This record gives sequence, C-alpha cells and structure tokens, in this order.
Amino acid sequence: MSIYSQEHKEFLKKRRRRKIVVGVSQIFVLLFFLGIWELAARCGWINTFLSSSPSEVIKTSLTLLGQNNLLKHIYVTLYETVVSFLIASFVGLLIASLLWRFSLLASIFDPYLTVLNSLPKVALGPLIIIWVGANTNSIIFMALMISLIISIINIYNGFISTDKNYITLMESFHAKKFQIYKDVILPGNITTIINCLKINISMSLIGVIMGELLVSKEGLGYLIMYGSQVFNINLVITSVVILAIISYVMYFVINLLEQKTTK
Amino acid sequence: MKKPLLKIKHLKKIYHDLEGETDAVKDFTLDIYDQEFIVIVGPSGCGKSTILSILAGLEEKSEGKIEVEKENLITGYMLQKDSLFPWLTILDNCLLGLKVQKKLTEESKKRVIRLLNTYGLGEFQDKYPDSLSGGMRQRVALIRTLAIDPDILLLDEPFSALDYQTRLALSDDVFRIIKQEGKTAIMISHDIGESVSLADRIIVLTKRPSVIKNIYTIDLTGKSSPIENRKCKEFSTYYDQIWRDLDVHI
Repeated sequence: MSIYSQEHKEFLKKRRRRKIVVGVSQIFVLLFFLGIWELAARCGWINTFLSSSPSEVIKTSLTLLGQNNLLKHIYVTLYETVVSFLIASFVGLLIASLLWRFSLLASIFDPYLTVLNSLPKVALGPLIIIWVGANTNSIIFMALMISLIISIINIYNGFISTDKNYITLMESFHAKKFQIYKDVILPGNITTIINCLKINISMSLIGVIMGELLVSKEGLGYLIMYGSQVFNINLVITSVVILAIISYVMYFVINLLEQKTTK
Repeated sequence: MKKPLLKIKHLKKIYHDLEGETDAVKDFTLDIYDQEFIVIVGPSGCGKSTILSILAGLEEKSEGKIEVEKENLITGYMLQKDSLFPWLTILDNCLLGLKVQKKLTEESKKRVIRLLNTYGLGEFQDKYPDSLSGGMRQRVALIRTLAIDPDILLLDEPFSALDYQTRLALSDDVFRIIKQEGKTAIMISHDIGESVSLADRIIVLTKRPSVIKNIYTIDLTGKSSPIENRKCKEFSTYYDQIWRDLDVHI
C-alpha cells in the first residue's frame, strides 16, 4: 500500500467515505419513511384502514405465509415472469437475427412491428383471455406480447447499427453471412442484448401482473386484485411491497450477469 | 519487363439510386507488377475507393476485365479506420482473417506471432485494442491484413485518421513492412507528399466520372525510406506536377 502517494490515499479515503455516506443515507431514508408511516398510523394521523402501516404489512405477510400460501403466490408470479422473460429474450433474439439476415423480411414487417409496438397491449387482454383461456398460459402470453416486440425492435436496431467498417472488414476476408453474424454482430452487440434483458425483466413483470389482475386465481397480481375487491388494503400494500422486492432482486441478478459477461 | 501480376482493363463502375445513375469510374486501365507500390490520387469523390473496393471483391464492376496472372490471387484490404474488434485480443484480431477463411493452423498462427514480434507488437498480443495508441492500432491492422498472406495489399487511405507526426512515422513503418514482406501494394491517398514519398508509380485520376489523367513513375535520386525521400531534390517537382494535375479549386 505504501507505493501510493499521500494524495492518492486521500483520494481513496474520500471515495470510501462517499460510499459509506450514500449507503447509510439510503438506509436512513427508508427507515425514516417507514418510521413516519408507522408513527402516523399509531397516532391516528392517517386512517390505517386505507393506508395500512409497516407493522400491519409485516403482520399480514406472516399471516399470509402461515395460512394463505404466500410462497405459492410468489412462486406463481415468479414462474410466469421467468418463463415469459426467457421466451421473450430467446425468441426476440432469434427473430431479430432472422430480420438481420433477411433484410427483405425486415422491410416487409417493419410497419407491423411498429403498430404492434405502439398498441397498448392491455387492450388485447380480454381477447387473449377468450382465445387462450383464463389460465397461466394467457398470463404468459400477455407478458410475451409486452416484452417480445420491444426486444425484437431493440436487438434488431442494435444489429443494423453495428459499425459498418467491421462488416466491410469481414467482407474483405470473404466472410459468409453467418460468420459475420457470429464474429461481429453477436459479440459487438452484447451490451445491447444485456440492456434488452434488463428491460425484458421489468416488461415481463408488468405483463404478468397485468395478466394476473385480469384473469388469475393465483399470484401477487391476484392478491392485489382480491385485496382491493374485499377492501383489505393491508393485503394490497403487502403484495406491492413483496413485488417491489422481487423486481429489485431480479434486476440485481441481471446486473450480476452483466458484470460477468462484460469483464 | 516482368509479367504483370494484375491487369485491369477498361474498368467501369456505375452506381444506381432512385435519382438516377452516376458514373463513378469511366475507364481505368492499369497493369500492376509484382512488388510494386502504386498510389492512386485524385480529387475527393472521384471513385478512387470504388476501384479498390472492386479489386477487393467488395463491389461488383459494371464493365471491364480484371486479369490475374496467378490463380486464386489473394487480396488484403486495409481500411481508413483500424476497425480492430474491441472484444478480441491483439493476437485474435490478427488471426481473424485466417479464422474466417478456415486457414488457421498452428503454422499460420506461428507466422502471425512472428509478424507481431518482428514489428514490435509482440508484447501486446494478449492485450485488448483499447490499450494501444492510434498508430499502433493501425500497425496491428496492417499485420491483420498481412496474416492471410495476400498477394496484393489494398490500402484505402490508411493513415488519414491519424495525427501528422504519427502519420509520417507510420507510413515509414508500413512501407518498410510491405517491402520487407515482399508485397505488392495499391494505396489510395489524398496527400500528395505522402504519395510521392511512398510510391513507385502514382496514378492521377480526373474528377468523376474518372479516367486516368497521368501516370508518374517516381524516380528519386537516393531513394530510401519515405521520410528520407521527402528530402530528395525531385520531390518538390513531382509534388508541383501532381498538384497542378489535381487542379484544386475551392
């Protein structure tokens, strides 16, 4: 360590201090918010029937865990999200690759993709239920509608904006289309693909919750819907909190993946 | 005289778009001899790059003939930008052409490593391109082109993206490497000084649709390396003549 100058040590110290300040403040903000909420509930400043309270949320979680198969609901939502995420990512990559390979297809389907992308997919909800049925499949289908089109568009745009010089170079070696794809297009677009995965995970979750609100008998979306119907705000807020934790964890996993691949 | 390595006869290229067609190259005829260093100069947009692209097999010609003396003549193309892949090491970048052409063997790999070592890049072979300076990157790009053992090197303004000092030093380097490896080269340039200092022959093209305006065989007293060549007494004469040929108006 002694190889560093005093100035550099100071610099490192400052950086460390900043990191600690940020971390502690983040926890403080959360605790402060929860504290105010709890205090307001206890002192009767807010109506706990409408806005619940942190202790109620914990109590509700524990009850749900014991009686109502909370884990089962979490599992269902997670399962649907992961399945639609995986399908959207793989199929999205596949279709984007085909569009890149056959530019004629890309030209033909361009307006359709644009329309599908700008269409609010929730409008298709009732149709999907009629066609696919009120079950897990229709929820996955819904989530797919939301995440697939945007993945295709994002990945394809990444592919076609690959540095032209790289492609000219490959062509000067008389590379086949597939070699260009394998050696330039894919490795050159790792960042685009990872970013797309990040978007996909949240899109899938949005789609799944939307689907569950519409049709399901299980899952966190169902709990939220059920809670609001029987006016059990504790249940609604608890489900939302769990949902927030899940989405953060999933984002965290993708970030880990990103760090691994970009190393 | 030796037999030419490459005979280009009445090469013609027309570009098509919705607004109509553009004659880029009208008539280009040239014999290129083994180990010759040819530089093509011409006003910007005159179709210099088009000729090179056609020779590299990147574009189709509209008319004309290209006769090669040797069967399966291999061309190596070097771009203005080094275009090194940032996700590959220097060595893997240099092996790219061999890999694409399925000619990557222990032997060919050794040859590329030898090239890297000979031209002062050996210690960087496991590094990534972003740790190299612009001039060094362009040197790596040259080795990548040489790796497939081309009969003719096609250089499309290889120094124009570099600053002046690096440019002078690198053109010296590239010249030395090409001569040492006994390669034939066709280079495009818009820098007259650079052209005179490097070339055995300079082809001056007219504006589009381009035809050959003049061919200069560069004969310098005490010709040696490109930087030294700039001091030869005939240097400025050639410079003036070509400058007048190009007839630049702003």
